[in-house]
Amino acid sequence: MCGIVGLFLKDQSLAPQLGNMLTDMLITMTDRGPDSAGIAIYGAEVEGKTKITVQSPNPETDFVGLADELGKSLGATVGQSDNDTHTVLEFPTGQFETARAALTEIRPSVRVMSRGERLEIYKEVGLPKDVADRFNLSSMSGTHGIGHTRMATESAVTTMGAHPFNTGSDQCLVHNGSLSNHNSLRRKLRREGVTIQTENDTEVGAAYLTWKMMNGATLGEALESSIDDLDGFFTFVVGTKDGFGVVRDPIACKPAVMAETDQYVAFGSEYRALVNLPGIEDARVWEPEPSTVYFWSHNDSPTTHEKAA
Amino acid sequence: MQTYDLEADGLRGLNSSLQAQNAETNQTRWEIVNPKGSHAIAVGLDAPIEVTVKGSTGYYCAGMNQQATIKVEGSVGPGVAENMMSGQVIVDGDASQYAGATGHGGLLVIKGNASSRCGISMKGIDIVVHGNIGHMSAFMAQDGNLVVCGDAGDALGDSLYEARLFVRGSVKSLGADCIEKEMRSEHLEVLKDLLERAGSDAKPEEFKRYGSARQLYNFDIDNSAAY
Repeated sequence: MCGIVGLFLKDQSLAPQLGNMLTDMLITMTDRGPDSAGIAIYGAEVEGKTKITVQSPNPETDFVGLADELGKSLGATVGQSDNDTHTVLEFPTGQFETARAALTEIRPSVRVMSRGERLEIYKEVGLPKDVADRFNLSSMSGTHGIGHTRMATESAVTTMGAHPFNTGSDQCLVHNGSLSNHNSLRRKLRREGVTIQTENDTEVGAAYLTWKMMNGATLGEALESSIDDLDGFFTFVVGTKDGFGVVRDPIACKPAVMAETDQYVAFGSEYRALVNLPGIEDARVWEPEPSTVYFWSHNDSPTTHEKAA
Repeated sequence: MQTYDLEADGLRGLNSSLQAQNAETNQTRWEIVNPKGSHAIAVGLDAPIEVTVKGSTGYYCAGMNQQATIKVEGSVGPGVAENMMSGQVIVDGDASQYAGATGHGGLLVIKGNASSRCGISMKGIDIVVHGNIGHMSAFMAQDGNLVVCGDAGDALGDSLYEARLFVRGSVKSLGADCIEKEMRSEHLEVLKDLLERAGSDAKPEEFKRYGSARQLYNFDIDNSAAY
């Protein structure tokens, strides 16, 4: 199974409540995924700064003095904001690769969950309610965000197997379904030099999109080609700096329902996840079509591209 | 009129109350408020009662229905009226995948659109969809009628047995062994009756009929190399 939720605000007066609304949606999807949960949230951006969210199994030792040590390696001031097993590090844009390399030296046990100018990802093993509580997700604000509750089928229940997966700067992916060609695709992508850390099928899906975009595809094009190259079942929701997108495989057996009002566009694996949103009684509610890429952006009008079967 | 608040009083209490009704009951009309997308609302009923759900539901609403008339004033999730035996289920909004799957009898009316696999493996149920239906609808359908006032998606009627399919709009593609067939007067009569009962003003003459070419019923030795 697995549950997916997503919320894209058109009315920015709701931004302070984004975390609260997404958390309610996430917890409603506990029945679909009690193993682990995660959320990707797009908050404020600081001009000229990039931030990474890192996770550690030993935050009480790893996070002590981390910003100072990383700052010395980068020759720059690094901001640090701890949140349970995660911390957000902020440094000048353009130093991501240097920072990642430095982290493997100074803190070998931390893992990079996300990078971008606005994106932060928080995910852990456990019931969605417990995960939401430990990160205080409901207090977070932002313009849009996506969340996932996992019922593991293809790989172990671990933090690194939890969703969302970071696919590139300010980009992330959540997945309901199972990919059946992930082993051969993982070998192929590793030969191409793409870093894949686990045996998880969704990480391969995320790495596939990263690889496509590294080779010049837009996210929309990468999603369209995923319909051809990924074998298996998937409903994907992707987050981007300015918006979010939805795509379902041609069989479309993994559920999806969307709702749109003047204030927001919302995604849920089930309608139950949407019932407490403001104005849901009068929202336009529909099921996204198979093999069709949907996009909402704060910059452009919504787009859909149907992929010929 | 009995009113049941699903949010306050819970699903198990609702279904056990509804399942306890019989032909002699005086509680013939029920209203369910605050469904909030819950699963398995009004399943396994077996009495001539009328149930109205005031809002949208989740998975498997009105499953295994016998005799009852269940109306949903909203949309329904996957598997509405699955394995219905008799009675009626009427959905004002849209239906998600596999609406009316494996149904043996009764009438399912969807006033909006139905998505993929509508009427999959239907065994005698009548389904009338006022809007469109998605791909792989009526897959391995064995008996009954599927009436679509709008358009049908890909692979309509794949591996079809003896169900009759009537589509007014376009069919994106036909599935294996499904073909267009002649519309005869007896089909027009069946269609007229179903459209009337489903509250549709579509005219039977506007529909095309599709059915099984019956080429997959028996193993053909010439195909042995394909396996």
